Amino acid sequence: MDAIFLQILNGLDKGGAYALIALGLTLVFGTLGVVNFAHGAIFMMGAFCAVTVEKLLTLSVKVKDESVTFFDAYKETPYLELWFGDTGTAIIDWSVPLSILLAIPVMLLIGIVMERSLIRYFYKRPHAEQILVTFGLAIVLQELVKAAFGANPIPQGAPDIVAGSAAVGAIFGLGEAVVYPWWRLIYLAFSLLTIGLVFSFLHFTTYGMVVRAGMADRETVELLGINIERRFTIVFGIAAVVAGLAGVMYTPVLPPDYHLGMDFLVLSFVVVVVGGMGSLPGAVAAGFLLGILQSFSSMTEVKDIFPGIDQIIIYLVAVVILLTRPRGLLGRRGVMES
Amino acid sequence: MTNTKIVSPKKDMIFMAILSAVVLTMPLWLQPFGAAYPDLMQKFMIFGIFAIGYNILFGLTGYLSFGHAAFLGVGSYTAVWSFKLLSMNVIPALLFGTVLSGLFALAIGFVSLRRSGIYFSILTLAFAQMSYNLAYSVLTPITNGETGLQLEQADPRVLDRMSGIEANSSLPTPNLFGIEGVGYSGFYICAALMLISFFIYLRIFRSPFGLKLRAIKSNQNRMSYTGYSTRPYLMTAFVISGMYAGLAGSLLAVTDPLAGAERMQWTASGEVVLITILGGVGTLIGPLLGAGIIKYFENIFSAFNDTVLLNAFSFLPDWLAHGVASVVGLFVGEGWHLTLGLVFMLIVIFLPGGIMEGISRLARLVTNRSKSDPKSDTHENKEKEQTSAGEV
Repeated sequence: MDAIFLQILNGLDKGGAYALIALGLTLVFGTLGVVNFAHGAIFMMGAFCAVTVEKLLTLSVKVKDESVTFFDAYKETPYLELWFGDTGTAIIDWSVPLSILLAIPVMLLIGIVMERSLIRYFYKRPHAEQILVTFGLAIVLQELVKAAFGANPIPQGAPDIVAGSAAVGAIFGLGEAVVYPWWRLIYLAFSLLTIGLVFSFLHFTTYGMVVRAGMADRETVELLGINIERRFTIVFGIAAVVAGLAGVMYTPVLPPDYHLGMDFLVLSFVVVVVGGMGSLPGAVAAGFLLGILQSFSSMTEVKDIFPGIDQIIIYLVAVVILLTRPRGLLGRRGVMES
Repeated sequence: MTNTKIVSPKKDMIFMAILSAVVLTMPLWLQPFGAAYPDLMQKFMIFGIFAIGYNILFGLTGYLSFGHAAFLGVGSYTAVWSFKLLSMNVIPALLFGTVLSGLFALAIGFVSLRRSGIYFSILTLAFAQMSYNLAYSVLTPITNGETGLQLEQADPRVLDRMSGIEANSSLPTPNLFGIEGVGYSGFYICAALMLISFFIYLRIFRSPFGLKLRAIKSNQNRMSYTGYSTRPYLMTAFVISGMYAGLAGSLLAVTDPLAGAERMQWTASGEVVLITILGGVGTLIGPLLGAGIIKYFENIFSAFNDTVLLNAFSFLPDWLAHGVASVVGLFVGEGWHLTLGLVFMLIVIFLPGGIMEGISRLARLVTNRSKSDPKSDTHENKEKEQTSAGEV
């Protein structure tokens, strides 16, 4: 029972990451009709926003170590600590959550620049060419990050206060031994919050309503005198922000390296297809579903029965779904079927 | 590009003869480019086979597969197993490698071809990733996991032992009845196979079957309305291209008897897509050109390092040389993939037909310039140029 509970939690927070990336992919696909293979790279760049912030905050200077009196010892001390003392240390400790502040405008800008300078020329081109050009873009972005940050994963710490584990077992009455890392719980809450925000933006604001109208019937909306293209550009930016934030928050869970994006891209495409191309709730549901399935299949009890199932479960589910329910779980009719 | 013009078989034979001459004399004319060593030329041939096979599927039918590396991997593993169990002769290795990848393609194609468009791409991608993950984890007894499958002194090699060939102290090398699979002889084995594959590919290209595949690309609905069931044709194309990939994979094992799972990763599938696009999708020799160019530049560019660059820019003032070298250094050596990605993007954006389209555009430009009388029959001319570009 305890194990099952933990696996569900595990699956939920892994699924949170999948859902956030898949949400952005679907949003772009639903509005602009573009299959964006560079979306994983955006996730990766979000993660490297956190790395950049951490690097900036910990810019250091060599200071004489006063505690050593026998000889001249120097230690690296971040400027922030020199200037602000304990407040500075606290700021450094909170670098990952703080990166969100930087990541939002940066990712929005990256998204809009990407859409205006490249993607918009591909609306009318075949899907194969969209896939190919964004695939090329993904390679370029990933190599740039590799050139700037090196090829090794760069670990990021969660703030000390949430670095430990939460006794979730006690809360749910499952015994003291059931613990779960705080940060992962925060990640789950964060992904739910972000998903909620995106949905309320689309459903409860006029802007979002127009965007949805544009998704349903672009031509009519244009005939009503609305510049739908500009709104779609903003939506692309929002998709980039969502993926970027998913990346920022994921850094304490998994140290980012330059091919993080590619690893997640393949998975999140599978998620989108399972959920149904163009369906936002489908993408979210499929993200959590596949996350949970994946974490259950990596339990030793399951692996004893089906060896290797944890490696292939997601792909297997995708194959089964595509063959039995070609439109995915919640897919609309006529999307990408030509 | 219009490929409808009927080309006489005689012209094709001449074309094959020229191509064979060009390929077989590669060790001579590649000398000035510094690319005339066997390893690289083998790569040209092997990836040429891989790319022309891929072109049968993607170029003719328009189905974008992102999982062809799986067949390459299956071919490699099968070939190494054949070396281990049966014989160091390359014939069984190539045969089993090709046939087994064909069967594998049959299974994957049976499922994937139920869907088209992006769904097809993702299904093939899913299968390739599945094979890759399995090769790393559960199938370790067969694939030897991360270390990769290698030859050993104590391998059974049943056929070799039966015919009295015992391995001496060193590891045996793959051979074709005594002709070594490495070095220049290895290159000629690869070249011969490439030419045979190319000939088959040429025949497919010209056959009614090839025409039907192109019809599927241009309009699958209309094809079904005319009463053709498209699935068997697609299936055949998929299996053939899987077999080509398997052949390429086994040849990789012949020239270097080692098989690793990274050959099946989806970046490897991406590479063949890149090669085909760069050369020219759906053209005859485009994929070969693409394979040659990418492998050549990969080889040249990855060899650069900081010292070489600094030497190259030593004519500049010192401070400038360092700056220029570090900027250029982004694009060569380790950063070769960056160049590749950029070139790839530029090609897709500006020249979706690849190098072959570039050549035909240039040719058109030149012929139009040299025309003294602009009123002469330009339409017919244009068509002629287009077809000639499409043929070659």
